Amino acid sequence: MTAALKDRDLRDTALEEKLLHARLAHTWRTPPGLIGFFTTVDHKRIAVRYIITAFAFLFLGGILAMLMRWQLSRPEAGLIGPDLYNQIFTIHGSTMMFLFAVPVMEAVGVLLVPLMLGTRNIAFPRLNAFSYWIYLAGGLVLWVAFVLDMGPDVGWFAYVPLSGPQYSPGKRVDIWAQMITFTEIAALAISVEIVVTVLKQRAPGMRLDRIPLFVWASFVTSLVVILAMPAIVLASTMLILDRLVGTHFYNPSEGGDALLWQHLFWFFGHPEVYIIFLPATGMISSMLPTFVRRPVFGYLALVLAMVSIGLLSFGLWVHHMFTTGLPRVGESFFTASSMAIAVPAGVQIFCWLATIWLGRPVWRVPFLFILAFFFTFVLGGLTGVMVASVPLDTQVHDTYFVVAHFHYVLVGGAVFPLLAAITYWFPKMTGRMMSERLGRWSVALLFLGFNFTFFPMHILGLQGMPRRIYTYQMDLPWGGMNLFVSLCSIALALGFALFAFNAIRSTRSGEAAGDNPWGAATLEWATSSPPPPYNFARIPVVSSANPIWDQGQSLPVASGLSVNRRELLVTTTADAEPEVRETSPGNSIWPFLSAIATTIMLVGSIFTPWAVVWGSIPVAIGLIGWFWPRGTPEDDS
Amino acid sequence: MRRLLPLLSAGLLAGCTGWQSALAPRGPVADDLHGLFWLFTITCALVWLAVMLVLLAALLRRPPDGKARQERAMQHSARAIGGAVAATVVIVAGLTVASFLATRSISAHAEDALVIRLRGYQWWWEATYADPRPDQNFITANEIHVPTGRLVRIELAAADVIHSFWVPNLSGKQDMIPGRANSLAFTARKPGTYRAQCAEFCGLQHAHMALHVVAEPPEAFERWRTAQVAEAARPHGPEEDEGRRILESKACGACHTVRGTQAAGNLGPDLTHVGSRQFIAAGMLPTTRGSLAAWVADPQSIKPGSNMPMVPLTADELQAVSAYLTRLR
Repeated sequence: MTAALKDRDLRDTALEEKLLHARLAHTWRTPPGLIGFFTTVDHKRIAVRYIITAFAFLFLGGILAMLMRWQLSRPEAGLIGPDLYNQIFTIHGSTMMFLFAVPVMEAVGVLLVPLMLGTRNIAFPRLNAFSYWIYLAGGLVLWVAFVLDMGPDVGWFAYVPLSGPQYSPGKRVDIWAQMITFTEIAALAISVEIVVTVLKQRAPGMRLDRIPLFVWASFVTSLVVILAMPAIVLASTMLILDRLVGTHFYNPSEGGDALLWQHLFWFFGHPEVYIIFLPATGMISSMLPTFVRRPVFGYLALVLAMVSIGLLSFGLWVHHMFTTGLPRVGESFFTASSMAIAVPAGVQIFCWLATIWLGRPVWRVPFLFILAFFFTFVLGGLTGVMVASVPLDTQVHDTYFVVAHFHYVLVGGAVFPLLAAITYWFPKMTGRMMSERLGRWSVALLFLGFNFTFFPMHILGLQGMPRRIYTYQMDLPWGGMNLFVSLCSIALALGFALFAFNAIRSTRSGEAAGDNPWGAATLEWATSSPPPPYNFARIPVVSSANPIWDQGQSLPVASGLSVNRRELLVTTTADAEPEVRETSPGNSIWPFLSAIATTIMLVGSIFTPWAVVWGSIPVAIGLIGWFWPRGTPEDDS
Repeated sequence: MRRLLPLLSAGLLAGCTGWQSALAPRGPVADDLHGLFWLFTITCALVWLAVMLVLLAALLRRPPDGKARQERAMQHSARAIGGAVAATVVIVAGLTVASFLATRSISAHAEDALVIRLRGYQWWWEATYADPRPDQNFITANEIHVPTGRLVRIELAAADVIHSFWVPNLSGKQDMIPGRANSLAFTARKPGTYRAQCAEFCGLQHAHMALHVVAEPPEAFERWRTAQVAEAARPHGPEEDEGRRILESKACGACHTVRGTQAAGNLGPDLTHVGSRQFIAAGMLPTTRGSLAAWVADPQSIKPGSNMPMVPLTADELQAVSAYLTRLR
């Protein structure tokens, strides 16, 4: 028997339950302590780490926001000078977009996609580990630079020529551009993993029309990332070249073009908004059924709406450039396409409304966040229709109206669903529930604080207040409303603080959750909370889009996977029929070492182009170590 | 409707002057944009309200019991979604058309338009009144005058980084981009001073880059134009003489021009008629002898990062310079 247990190809088929768990736990374990911390490839551990880091950056970005509100609370305030203020709003925007919103959405994908699909780990788990370290390094580069008073100061979209070598000497802009490179690498890595996981690792029977909507959203988002990122790779590389080696891509006096940057940046930058928003819609589509006790209405319409938003997002970038003097006919096209995206967005809203209409609401905290989402996001979407109009945009572009608009869309449209998601899936991260009572208070504070903070900004913008000004003069009639906004932002900040307090406290003293505390329908609730390292002892087989509701809490399972080496089931793309057994790489220190080597190369290249040459040697060593066969059961198979 | 709009705007504007506000239009272009704004706002507000009411009803309603009723409710929902999508398409298409029409009506052309060339610098504005008669050309800074009732075309350029010209009371904004020629046209209906502010982030002192548009009746405008074409006023008395001498001999003349003197620099604003402008330092301070002296004495603490250096002057020299600058009306 012992000899049989050591057999590398021992299958789970005949194993009794207890032995199976022990074997799988051994095969999929992460070593304890620091070694485990740096070598783990468990998607759940990496995702939780990602999420915590992203929220830490949200906290830092939020502090910057409060500093700006303090400075703007009265005219001619001297609390923060122009140099520091310009750094602050640049770091605030860059942190929120590149270090919080995009990574946190992808991290939730890394956590949930494998669980929702009923597989044991994400595809390319070592790449996943690498992605986290690279992301962390990028965030640290930006923030360490800021602490050293070397923070970028040209805004999160860094328009040339202001960000070019002539008007921004020093290293500040290079740091910004390299931070972009770090986040590009991290985001592309995750996107590739998610695409492959969704296409090839679904539980048997999970046909395309049974994939949970959050997974669909992550899938579409990942494709958008893969298609949009090359534009910013190109743009930031050309900016670095202009600054570091004296090319003239953006220098009009040498035949370059200042507008080229804007086209390339927004060709990435507008899809970026949907990279943040689409996962949030997926979260809502996946949570809502639980809180109205019925399946989502219009599954197919919702999937098609997400796909069309993903496609349309590439046809909108010029609406960030309506005041640059492009030809009118061209601009009109982009007005029409920007308006058109209201249609799929509307389809989603209508389907959710119908779902609520047909269901029986359960008034728990995630549902309250979803209601806050409806209130704010619909408003933000409608001001989006306003800024899509070329003539109207010439009045509101680059004013506080736009600041109000995009905070409505991003906070209302993405952060509220995200907080709902954190509350909802908290048991899958910690095994415990968050406090319902504190949760209700934080919803109330966030909802009221947000709306009272940001709604008046629409009016400020119409009254002529431009964005990105560090102060304003006494004779401008903006003082009263700015003071009001600054005071209300305190309530908003308290709401976030309360949410954080609730989350931190609940990790230790929250009520134990059990497998399926909300009575939900999808596969992540068919395993324990938190799930074991191998996610599922046996791979579930599904025959419905809401397996737990339609098939019961204990699902039929597929067996035949090895328990002595890390093995997953690969299924066909359309119908998810079992295809082959595939091994999944084990723990490794090399992703971490490769990330350090990459970081050294990228940071070095801020100072000299030769860093790319010499820095590529340690990167190569890291990658060789990463892929070197080591005679593990996985390598041998 | 037309009569209701000013009322709505007045509500939003309660208690403020609106001298840099899109809600207080003072010309036909801004009027059209203002009308379009309210069309969009009211439409969007109604849509928002409708969605919220449906949401409220969905939350309060008792879901149908029994399979047959549920089936029926689902069919109704599907039809309602179809209708809502159709309504969305219609509304969005209508707003798109309204937007196109507004674009067309504000793209005004006129043979006799007054052309002003405006060039953005970090962090001030240079205005050139180009006239077919060469001796009628002149350059000024940070304040432009326009005749009421006549179309004005502003030709926009940038000397360093991207700026954006925006007088909300008269028109929407247009960027000033190095290497590109943009333009913008508007008409001012009534005399008045309208504030413009740079709307594209342009560096350290983006917050302090304002320009004033003074609209005046054609005769008054003509008088102003004639005065601007003239050379700088002669100094009166020994103090102003001394002021002029300092301006010519110290660093001032290296950057600033005062026509009719030896000061002929072209890096900073033209000061030939600086005393006639309402503000100095791109809208920062009202023009008084005191503010001129304060600005010359220490520009870096008034506008940190500005390209105007501190030129060391004694108290008497400062007195003389400010007296002379005040004379330049």
